[in-house]
Amino acid sequence: MSNAAASVAASGKAPTVLLEVENVSLRFGGVKAIRDVSFEIRKGEVLAIIGPNGAGKTSMLNCINGFYHPQDGHITYKGERRARMRPYEAASRGIARTFQNVALFQGLSALDNIMVGRNLKMRRSFAWQALRLGPALREEVEHRAFVEKIIEFLEIQSIRKAPAGTLPYGLQKRVELARALAMEPDLLLLDEPMAGMNLEEKEDMCRFILDVNKQYGTTIALIEHDMGVVMDLSDRVIVLDYGRKIADGIPDQVKRDRHVIDAYLGIAD
Amino acid sequence: MIADASRERLDTFPRLVLHHAAKRGRKIAMRHKDLGLWQSWSWLELAANMRAYAAGLSLIGLRRGEAVAIIGSNRPRLYWTFLAAQALGAIPVPVYADAIADELGYVLDDAGCVVAVVEDQEQVDKILSLEGRVPKLRHLLYDEPKGLSDYDPKSLTPISDVIARGRTRLAADADFSRGLEASIAAGKAEDISVILYTSGTTGRPKGVSIASGRAIAAAASTVAFDKLTDDDVALSYLPLAWVGDHYLNFAQSMVAGFCIACPESTETVQQDLKEIGPSFYFAPPRVFENLLTRITIRMQDAGGFQRFLFDTFMGIARRCGEAILEGRDVPLHAKLLYALGELLVYAPLKNALGFSKIRIAYTAGEAIGPELFSFYRSLGLNLKQLYGQTEAFLYVTCQSDGKIEPDAVGPAAPQVDIRIAENGEVQFRSPGMFVAYHNLPEKTAEAMTSDGYVRTGDAGFFNAAGQLKIIDRAKDVGRLKSGAFFAPKYIENKLKFFPNIKEAVAFGDQREFVTCVLNIDLSAVGAWAERNNIVYGSHKELAALPQVYDMLAADVAEVNRSLSLEPEMAQAQVARFIILPKELDADDGELTRTQKVRRGYIAERYATLVRALYDGSSEATISIEITFEDGRRGELAGRLAIRDAQLFPVPAREKVA
Repeated sequence: MSNAAASVAASGKAPTVLLEVENVSLRFGGVKAIRDVSFEIRKGEVLAIIGPNGAGKTSMLNCINGFYHPQDGHITYKGERRARMRPYEAASRGIARTFQNVALFQGLSALDNIMVGRNLKMRRSFAWQALRLGPALREEVEHRAFVEKIIEFLEIQSIRKAPAGTLPYGLQKRVELARALAMEPDLLLLDEPMAGMNLEEKEDMCRFILDVNKQYGTTIALIEHDMGVVMDLSDRVIVLDYGRKIADGIPDQVKRDRHVIDAYLGIAD
Repeated sequence: MIADASRERLDTFPRLVLHHAAKRGRKIAMRHKDLGLWQSWSWLELAANMRAYAAGLSLIGLRRGEAVAIIGSNRPRLYWTFLAAQALGAIPVPVYADAIADELGYVLDDAGCVVAVVEDQEQVDKILSLEGRVPKLRHLLYDEPKGLSDYDPKSLTPISDVIARGRTRLAADADFSRGLEASIAAGKAEDISVILYTSGTTGRPKGVSIASGRAIAAAASTVAFDKLTDDDVALSYLPLAWVGDHYLNFAQSMVAGFCIACPESTETVQQDLKEIGPSFYFAPPRVFENLLTRITIRMQDAGGFQRFLFDTFMGIARRCGEAILEGRDVPLHAKLLYALGELLVYAPLKNALGFSKIRIAYTAGEAIGPELFSFYRSLGLNLKQLYGQTEAFLYVTCQSDGKIEPDAVGPAAPQVDIRIAENGEVQFRSPGMFVAYHNLPEKTAEAMTSDGYVRTGDAGFFNAAGQLKIIDRAKDVGRLKSGAFFAPKYIENKLKFFPNIKEAVAFGDQREFVTCVLNIDLSAVGAWAERNNIVYGSHKELAALPQVYDMLAADVAEVNRSLSLEPEMAQAQVARFIILPKELDADDGELTRTQKVRRGYIAERYATLVRALYDGSSEATISIEITFEDGRRGELAGRLAIRDAQLFPVPAREKVA
């Protein structure tokens, strides 16, 4: 049982499931990327998805945010079983994500990149926005105020106006996280948020992820390789290997799991 | 202003605020960039907030004579804390925000603080870690709520709550409100208005008690001297706990009624400077140094035409810029060329630096290189030097507009009385001079002469133009075995004027010759390495490169050449030097919090290096413990090369025929 689940159970309520993955399989031609995987993401938790290279972690995130469509199985989000959700729909229903390789608009400023995250929240039409008049301007001011809160939260005031492409990698990752947060997501998917960072940047990022989870109550599912980070950060861990789920539980449990040790150390049983 | 003072008793800061609220209520007193926007408070709003905050503090039990610690960066609510505490007759005690918990604990305990007002979670954590070591502390207040949601609300209170409670009570209870006015009226000129802890090059920090009336008299004299008015603006980015910020920004603003703008964060100061365009500016020499290094690097990367423009017009500025600034006679064609340069180069450059509107700029703390000084002055920046001390509540000497010498610090500041003691020590009496070191009567007695002068501990002399020239700390000036004069700081400063050298520490007292430990400037040497395709993995690797040693050897030779030209200093040429694998750091105790080198401690810590510098070896081993920013410790070990430097012949003293 997870920490989150334990605390919820103690308070006498069953954990609310935000997203449920049931027997999902994904194939690319003959390659089976995901095989019959089931798990749930509970409201308010930090869930880590780990596994060796090619285990199907990123594919799993891609299924969740509607980029891939699994051939078998179902994904239920906010109690609603969905047929074929597109990324756009997923985003408008509160699923935000960051990418393994930073995917920012290199030529835009950090601020503009983050403002892009507010786009789905803007109600005025493209024409209004292009004219920057009256209601569209007022709306932009509101969104800018919201974005400024995120900028302060992630401590990136000093790079507000800097073109994203000129920023060091660690900061680009932070801007990407800011853009995802600007969507006010219910579910935040982070694909290797700490890849390629040095120790200090990792520690900063860890702190920000925990703060996001605590302060905004955002549910987070993340993929990460650094086991130290995973164990510190997550309430629950899911382990994938060759597209199959081989473990699911609290970090301490998973760390001691025979299958997990074998998968990571490459010993056949 | 001063005439007013006698009638209105403008000798406490809270009364000054009320005076400005009455006289220039709608003018902006403070700004702060928050959430990307410049928020502002007029003098009226400042006065209202001061009253409400003071009321709130009295509700949580703060009483006259008690001390309030203030820890954090320059934020309006922290500045208000000074005023609110003073309104109740309590004593604000600002502490450096980067002080480690241990140092913080010492100051809080020494000053007997009952309330601590801090900026954010970082400082809250430090205070909470002091559990049990600061028994008098009753309340912890904070400004920035971020990251504090999980903390026990019983142990901390947001400043905004205290202010809100005070405001409500003031509105509801007329007696209470009258009591607060009475408390403000009861403040006396002799009251201690602040205790400033000096960073302490040796031993524990000392609390310098400043009296309210003296502080205001000092600030009034320099406000008049520099003709500061309520139209001026200053960006307050200097450490809140430093006399420089408390005097130049806080005290002068309270006297002149000008606006202080608080930056958004420490990282955004450069941008905020540009947005605010201050008219009064202070920066230590290293800031000017860093800016020039950055400009130089940027120009090296610029296109050919831009470089040509820059070089041409900087040449013109060098030739006639300072003369124009000082209003001396300049040929017409030079004036025209300078005007063109202003249009094409100087104005855009000043704008990029945020210097466009500066009317008066000061630098102090360390010696500034003549070329560096001239560079900024030739752009039309009225940069002057001052010499000051916490014990003087800053000013001892300062240069007046137009009478500038790069290697001197000016004549005595207004109403300051200076004399040079027999051992060369500078002593002064000044309007702002301190009352005592808190809790240290013996130290106070040591610092004062029997006839009421303060000993600065600095050695210096007045030059031909009547400007004071500081050579070194009086106690640091030593002699070589030959009996020749050894002024370490003088040598170090000459070395530090080279862009590749960030820090230098010279040894030589009671030795045969002078040696030196150097720090490379990572940004300058790093840029050089990049231009020359030299790969390095760390500061340590870069510092150990033979090419880097060659470059610094050339710099040291140049210093020796210039030393050889001065009869008193010629024997103190640097014979051997070594480059340190790490930057000298306040966290390791190698620098003070104001970034001054602690020579004695460095000599101890790097004893193996100093020994090798004097025993003729060509290498030295180093093995030291270092402290990381988060307080963890590590070890730094390795072998370092030692170089002999080129020496220049000592000119024979001219014999009297």
